[in-house]
Amino acid sequence: MTTTLDRAPHRGTRPARGGFGRLLHAEWTKFRTVRAWVLTTIGSALVICLVGLLATAAVHERGGDAPGALPVGPGGEAVNDSFTFVHQPLAGDGTLTVSVSSLTGEGEGEGEDGGGASPKGGNDGRSALAPWAKAGIIVKDSLEQGSPYASVMVTGAHGVRMQYDFTHDTAGLPGEVSPESPRLLRLKRSGDVITGYQSLDGDRWTEVGTARLPGLSRTPQVGLFVTSPSVAESTGTGTGFSPAVATGTFDTVSLEGGWSGGPWLTGQVGRDAGTSGSYTRSTGSQAVASGGGFTLTGAGDIAPVVGGPAASGVRTVENFLVGAFAGLIMLVVVATSCITAEYRRGLIAVTLAAGPGRSRVLVAKALVMGSVAFAAGLASAAVMVPFGGARSAANGFPVLTVPTATELRVVVGTGLLLATASVLALALGTVLRRSAVAITAVVVGMVLPYLLATAAVLPEGASDWLLKVTPAAGFALQQSVERYDQVVSVYSPATGYHPLAPWEGFAVLCAYTALAFGAAVVLLRRRDV
Amino acid sequence: MKPRSMKNAVRAEWTKLRTEAVTLGLMLGVVVSTVAVGAAVAVTSRCDAPGCGEDAIRLSLTGVLVGQVVVAIVGVLMVGGEYGTGMMRSTLTALPRRLTVLCSKATALTVVLIVAGTVSVLGSLLAGGRVLPGRGFTEAHGFEPLSLADGATLRAAVGSVLYLVLIGLLSLGVALIVRNSATAVGIVLALLFVLPIVAQVVGDPDWQRHLQQIAPMTAGLTVQATVGVDELPLGPWQGLGVLALWATGALVAGGGLLRSRDV
Repeated sequence: MTTTLDRAPHRGTRPARGGFGRLLHAEWTKFRTVRAWVLTTIGSALVICLVGLLATAAVHERGGDAPGALPVGPGGEAVNDSFTFVHQPLAGDGTLTVSVSSLTGEGEGEGEDGGGASPKGGNDGRSALAPWAKAGIIVKDSLEQGSPYASVMVTGAHGVRMQYDFTHDTAGLPGEVSPESPRLLRLKRSGDVITGYQSLDGDRWTEVGTARLPGLSRTPQVGLFVTSPSVAESTGTGTGFSPAVATGTFDTVSLEGGWSGGPWLTGQVGRDAGTSGSYTRSTGSQAVASGGGFTLTGAGDIAPVVGGPAASGVRTVENFLVGAFAGLIMLVVVATSCITAEYRRGLIAVTLAAGPGRSRVLVAKALVMGSVAFAAGLASAAVMVPFGGARSAANGFPVLTVPTATELRVVVGTGLLLATASVLALALGTVLRRSAVAITAVVVGMVLPYLLATAAVLPEGASDWLLKVTPAAGFALQQSVERYDQVVSVYSPATGYHPLAPWEGFAVLCAYTALAFGAAVVLLRRRDV
Repeated sequence: MKPRSMKNAVRAEWTKLRTEAVTLGLMLGVVVSTVAVGAAVAVTSRCDAPGCGEDAIRLSLTGVLVGQVVVAIVGVLMVGGEYGTGMMRSTLTALPRRLTVLCSKATALTVVLIVAGTVSVLGSLLAGGRVLPGRGFTEAHGFEPLSLADGATLRAAVGSVLYLVLIGLLSLGVALIVRNSATAVGIVLALLFVLPIVAQVVGDPDWQRHLQQIAPMTAGLTVQATVGVDELPLGPWQGLGVLALWATGALVAGGGLLRSRDV
């Protein structure tokens, strides 16, 4: 900034570039010499942190036996990794082939005790097979939760799938299994490449997919697994989840390659069924050898953790940044004031006389306000995201860990969000020349739609629509939770899912800002002052 | 305070409100935004079965959430506008008794907001009453036709008008405290919107309940509930009482500062 001062002697010639530098310097000086603005800007960063502290202050009621931290998958995301596992180590390369002849589910409906108000009768068999109940074979790096794996499986309602490392999912043959129409599944390990095959008759095999698991242990655990997430039930007031277990029957099991030749070991990966599944009151994890095969019963899931009802009591990264709404309002007040105060005091006439390029005056103001707001948002988010996570974990709330890239996007996104909102406020302040109206317009455009959409006061279609067409769409940039087709949940604004992808949502906010800025430039040029 | 001077003061405030071009626009804004948003919500809602848990009255009055924002602008501008232009000096010169100034402003604002609020609320209920039966809110699903003869409906309607008035008075008080429209409107909007958003995130049900009990908006709007009143964090009138406390607090603080400060 000081370098521009050196140009002062050349004032008479007014070089084009130096002119803008001086303009920028002038606007920066105006900002930094108004004590209320500087204090409010610093205050906004502090408020974001304070509100974040308030939001994470609660201590989990279960205190001692609070749910532990969620396992983290190879990609850095929180995962569920709980299943019944019949396994043995495989040294080097080899192949495992099985035939799955049945997959059934057992649930725990609401009306089981007869006293409850069952929404619909005829659900007495408790035969609840989750669409993503899984029975298949898996190559797993170790018995640790979250370790890399590749598997090929039969599912409740989505046919044969090849899945690996939690987030990858490839479809195979469709249709349900039965003793009359079994599915043959094969996993072939060669180095760190695992290939999944499927067959209906055992003669003709087709490849489902290939997984590369870099750094796979030389002796991974390989075997059969069964697991089942909870079953979603729509009730009158929303979607509920009830416990379910699945039972899979494996008929023929054959091995080729570097097997130890030892006995099959039976166990359960994970202490319990994780956040997405749970055992029913009557059924637990078990594995029974029968003839040449096995019958396994299990609950849980091998999939990423998502937001929604299943993850209640789990904190997400955006929870720590809830103070951004308060910070946004403070910065919007400053950004609007920095133009409306000029109108009120008549300073605008001097500003425009000193820098007759009117759009450049506005650009300079926007640059100053935008940078200041970006810095406030970035700094507070960079503090709150790690700090909020540590605090939540200490208070007994597990944190839905996300990959570092996502975390970075949320932190930088908070800065961008506040910067864009400030520029929008500046532009609207220029257009309307009344601070109260301009501030309200920005807050009504950004905060109120978010509140309406997430507070579940509106029907879901209306909530989605609001977060698509209003500037509040920009908050999608702060969404850290991902949507996965292979995990059933309630993906709605009320559970933290924006209808638009993060950068799409931000683009909507930017479009509004560009529009307002354009209008401001046109009006500023056309009007006297 | 002589009754005569109070009457003149109220008339002066009324003249200022009436002759400010933006006031009429804002009042129209209160009515239009309240009714339009209420109708839009009613059109998009559905009730497919008996016991769907929806609150037809509250749905019809959802527009108050948006209308209150315009009310906040009116309340803030009544004081903030005068401070911005320096008009406040003339006002206080003409009426040196500062509590008279406060009371006359509050009275004029209350009267104007009662009118605008009543029109908005009645319009919303009328729109809801026409739209909702077509969206499944029928007697077969357990919904009586909307009628002000129903005690809970009347309470929700009157309460909503009072809610808007109290939001206006809260804004007036805040503007008197900070003497700046921009800051005042920012504080009011933050009070209204940020606390409910924080309450959604807090993991502990007790904390959530307490936040909903002290937040002016969530507490005040309990007066609109006609379904599941027992499960609310506060009774309907108690909730409105919390908002009244906020408004009183802001007016008392604003009045105190108005007396003790120069201008």
